[in-house]
Formats: sequence, C-alpha cells, structure tokens
Amino acid sequence: MTLIDLANPTRFLALTARVLPWLAAATVILLAIGLYQSAYAPDDYQQGATVKIMFIHVPNAWLSMFVWGVMSIASLGTLVWRHPLADVAAKAAAPIGAAFTFLALLTGSLWGRPMWGTYWEWDARLTSVLILFLMYLGLMALWRAVDDPSRAARAAAVLTLVGAINLPIIKFSVDWWNTLHQPASVMRMGGSALDKSFLIPLLVMAIAFTLLFVTLHLAAMRNEILRRRVRSLQMMQASRVAFSSAGSREGSASNEVGAA
Amino acid sequence: MIMSLGPYASFIVTSYAAAALVVVILIGWIVLDYRNQTRRLRELDRSGVTRRSGRSAMDAS
Repeated sequence: MTLIDLANPTRFLALTARVLPWLAAATVILLAIGLYQSAYAPDDYQQGATVKIMFIHVPNAWLSMFVWGVMSIASLGTLVWRHPLADVAAKAAAPIGAAFTFLALLTGSLWGRPMWGTYWEWDARLTSVLILFLMYLGLMALWRAVDDPSRAARAAAVLTLVGAINLPIIKFSVDWWNTLHQPASVMRMGGSALDKSFLIPLLVMAIAFTLLFVTLHLAAMRNEILRRRVRSLQMMQASRVAFSSAGSREGSASNEVGAA
Repeated sequence: MIMSLGPYASFIVTSYAAAALVVVILIGWIVLDYRNQTRRLRELDRSGVTRRSGRSAMDAS
C-alpha cells in the first residue's frame, strides 16, 4: 500500500483499524517502562527528587511543538495538494496538541515553584508557549465557528501556517533572550548535557508520549472521518425528505387541477 | 526499594496525576466520540440512507 492509497478515507479506516491495537499496546508498554525508569532515576544533586517532573514536562513540551508541526504539514496538504485527509489530520490533532501544551505549562509551573520560587514568570519561553496554547484554542474555535468544512479548512490552514512562526521563537527563545527557563540541554550542539541516568528515561518517555500522540491522533482522525460521513448522509437524508415532500405537494396540486 | 520524593513530593505527585488525568480525559473523549459517531451511522443505515457509492454507512468503521 502506497501513501497515496491513504488518501481514500475508507482505506484509511480499514488500515488504522488493524494498526491501532498494536500502536496502543506499544504505547502502554513503553509508558510502563518509562514510568518505572523515571520512578527509580536518581535524585539530581541540586534539584533533588523534583527532577522527576522533567520526565513528564519535557515530553509534553516537545509534543506541544511537534503537534503544531504536524498540523502545519497537514495545512500545506490542504492548501497545496488538497489532500482529502489533510484537514481531517489537522482538525483531529488540535485538541490533542492543546492538551499536551496545557500539560507542559502546568507541569512546568509545578516544577518552577520549588526551583525558581514562582509558578509563573512572563519570560520569553513561558509566554511563547502560552501563546501556542491560545493559538490551539483559537484554531479549535475557528473550526467550530465556520459551518462549511472546506471554508473552515482553508482558514484554519492559513492560521496554522502563520502560527508556525511561533515554533522557532519557542525553541530559540532561551538563546535569544535572557530568560528564567534553562537553555536546551538535550538537543544542542556538542551533545546532551544530561547524565545517562536521566537521559535514558527521558528519551523512553518522549518516545512513549509520541506513540501516545500517534495512537490518539489516528483514532481522532477516524472519528472525524465518521463525523463527516454522518454529516453528508444527514444532508442526503434532508434533501430526500425535501424532494419527496415537494413531489407530494406537486402531486396533490395536479390532482386538484384534474378534479377541477 | 521505597521511593523518597523529598519535601516537594506534592508538586511531583500533582504533575504526574494531572498528566494521567488529562490523558484519561483524552482517551475517554475519543472513545465516546467514536461510539457516538458509529451509533449515528447505524441509525442512518437503518433508516435506509446509503452513500453515493452504494456502500453501507458503516463500511470500514
């Protein structure tokens, strides 16, 4: 099966029905391993046990940007290639991305209080992630506000691509501005600054959360395809009812003319 | 081996509990949405509304 075959929603539904149980099982196994490793990772010499928040905060922070990246590629698919599943992919990803961004903000705040002495600081990294969260909510509101799905898809795609400007701002905010947030310590020039005892559980949790996103995203895409199928069938049903009632009115009118 | 979370245990536990809660809500929302859509498709199928291809509304769902 080639990628182009997935453009057919029925084939996509059939394929994902087979793949989803395996993805869900892999996610559960990796999450269990990651949580076990996180629980028994050593305390940091400065932060103590609060370093364990990193194993949940960093994967969510990565995913908050990754999901917007996926939505940006899907938006290109909507605007350039008019791929039938592109808008479905973008729309299904938005609430999941919003949830991961919310968790990144919340866990970051809960990590910040004991380490920085504050839950929140209007610095560049925190503010740009908050903007990302608000953009997710704005996109979800846009999809709900526009009745015509194709018009909503185009408007949402443009907004998503404009919003993608925020991704490099989030990534490099800690380098460009003097912020309370620490600079990159995993993906940076010269290799990771983390010790293996922290890096391995973090990478396992990151892969587990990414698999969780893929699983949830495919399931949400299936729901969106079914929702669109329901909508088109309801429209067909409504047009049939309208057509048959118009036909019966015409029939009774011609009977009256005949009787006259 | 008993895990010690130190003086900031409440922050650590709240972080993990919040993540678990949000993930459970996401899974619940997706499962309920799937049930809702398939129920509506079954109702449409029963009422005799078919897709333009002639296939059942429930096809591959």
